[in-house]
Amino acid sequence: MIETITQPWPWYTAGIIIGLIVPALLILGNKHFGISANLRHMCAACFPSDIPFFKYDWKKESWNLFFIGGILIGGFIAAHFLGSDAPITIHPDLAQELAGYGITDLSGMVPVQLFALHDIFTLRGFLMMVGGGFLVGFGTRYAGGCTSGHAIMGLSDLQWPSLVATICFMIGGFVMANLILPFILSL
Amino acid sequence: MKTQQEETDFEVRSLDTMCINESNLSHPWWYNFKYLAVGIVFGIVFVKAEIISWFRIQEMFRLQSFHMYGVIGTAVVVGAISVFLIKRFKIKTIHGEEITFTDKKFNKGQIYGGLIFGLGWAITGACPGPLFAQLGTGVLAIIVVIISAVAGTWVYGKFRDKLPH
Repeated sequence: MIETITQPWPWYTAGIIIGLIVPALLILGNKHFGISANLRHMCAACFPSDIPFFKYDWKKESWNLFFIGGILIGGFIAAHFLGSDAPITIHPDLAQELAGYGITDLSGMVPVQLFALHDIFTLRGFLMMVGGGFLVGFGTRYAGGCTSGHAIMGLSDLQWPSLVATICFMIGGFVMANLILPFILSL
Repeated sequence: MKTQQEETDFEVRSLDTMCINESNLSHPWWYNFKYLAVGIVFGIVFVKAEIISWFRIQEMFRLQSFHMYGVIGTAVVVGAISVFLIKRFKIKTIHGEEITFTDKKFNKGQIYGGLIFGLGWAITGACPGPLFAQLGTGVLAIIVVIISAVAGTWVYGKFRDKLPH
């Protein structure tokens, strides 16, 4: 049992549990799964700056902040108590491509050679961390949701605008990973 | 002016993933711990199934692995069956409230914003949920990414009126 938990979990286990989060939130309190809204709540709570988009009662949405607080704690628990530190086996083509950019440390969830505090003032580090984060925050709010709100909650409720958004997420991702990211990584 | 603002706010709320179904019940704040518990489960799955792995996202966008497609696909199927059952049997919340759904309205933001988020997703290797799980695993540099994402949301809010929707 313990061994099953410490091994990496297969996609179907993860997919089923994540899918069940949709009814769990609905049944616990009629809450709709959607994480990027929290970025807006943080703006509304900390820097409303008299912008109408951030003038609402964010405290009514505080359940969602508890939810992401849980995600943070869950990440900590899994990494420290349920984990195996064995490096992830990745596709050989990807490993070879990354090695070409000097990224050889494949341990952990995030490549330490790309995401490290001391790299933030290099051009590559700045584009990856600050630039990437900005696009995620700007894009999700512009689209009205992220992978959870559109791709999982929206599609589960058969909302076609969410399908449009999900397809656009994928197009953007393919363009970045295959056409633009190689230039950024080679900086 | 006041009316204008209210209308805008309503539009915003219906566009977004925010819960617009105001609950008539008022609960003590610690009731929110049930959502914390669900979040903990979610965070553990994120790490254990390597969904928050930057490498897995790169594989997804290079069609080198089925893993992420399997995760999202299964989640949508399970979520869709659940939503269907909730609607079909008019299942209520544990507090006896009705569970409600709001149709999402199409606007061009779903295209432009979707593309922009996609670009960012492939860089950071994380959508907003995984960012918090990555931080939880102890990668401190992710704080920079999260702050920048909050800044991106703020800039969107600031210039929202000038952007095509």
